[in-house]
Amino acid sequence: MIGLGHYLTVAAVLFTLGVLGIFLNRKNVIVILMSVELILLAVNINMVAFSTHMNDIVGQVFALLILTVAAAEAAIGLAILVVFFRNRGSIAVEDVNMMKG
Amino acid sequence: MTVTAAFFYLFATITIASGFMVIASRNPVQSVLFLILAFVNAAGLFLMMGAEFLAMILVIVYVGAVAVLFLFVVMMLDVDFAELRQGFLQYLPIGMLIGIVFLLELILVIGTYVVDPGLMRTAAVPIPPADVMTNTQAIGQVLYTRYFYFFQAAGLILLVAMIGAIVLTLRERVGVRRQDISKQNARTQADAVEVRKVPFRQGV
Repeated sequence: MIGLGHYLTVAAVLFTLGVLGIFLNRKNVIVILMSVELILLAVNINMVAFSTHMNDIVGQVFALLILTVAAAEAAIGLAILVVFFRNRGSIAVEDVNMMKG
Repeated sequence: MTVTAAFFYLFATITIASGFMVIASRNPVQSVLFLILAFVNAAGLFLMMGAEFLAMILVIVYVGAVAVLFLFVVMMLDVDFAELRQGFLQYLPIGMLIGIVFLLELILVIGTYVVDPGLMRTAAVPIPPADVMTNTQAIGQVLYTRYFYFFQAAGLILLVAMIGAIVLTLRERVGVRRQDISKQNARTQADAVEVRKVPFRQGV
């Protein structure tokens, strides 16, 4: 019998893989953005799993809103990446020091 | 029931394996393709949970738009990706340590918690049975009424993201011969055409 715990475990593993991806690919912004997408996908799986388990449609509505924010985040992130590459000719994270922060 | 379990394990295994390949692949193009595979299989998981609308939206929005956007950017940027992987092995031990601890904590939490049965009776909007109303209709009836302001906020977020992406990547190139219609319309025959009397056998 496949229950809530199975889906939550899948989401937990996917979330951990996303966090691990941010740690391992410290220099590559594109893979970091993809890891963020994996994390948001794990959150969405959690939302839908609880929505089904609780028999409450609101979880799916919020999953839809998370999907919207994830798409907007990907678009803005990639736009910043393209502009940065145009200015510096590189996407390495340690080169990001133009603002001297 | 066994078919359901088999499909769950199929989708879950492929999702997790391709999620692993996203972060472990040497080539970012392969990473994006594995990301697409992970999204498609997650859509399969959504279908199994009964969220058909979200499954289709996941395929359309994520695979059709976001992943293709990633693919476009990865292929457009001329970057030496081998150089970007320099610190991979250096961060591997600490990353693995944190990942394993994190995963163990999450599994412990999932393994030990129970949902209060009282919570099940207090659903804000119960999911109607499938023979009464489709999943899409059920979401629409809630999203456009109770959560209408959230829906509008999502639209605003998308609008701001669109404007932001356009403003960020728009650039004025110098030296481009672009059509200027007002300039074209302002031309008259007097300043555009010159009639000269050319002397015989001398040229202009």
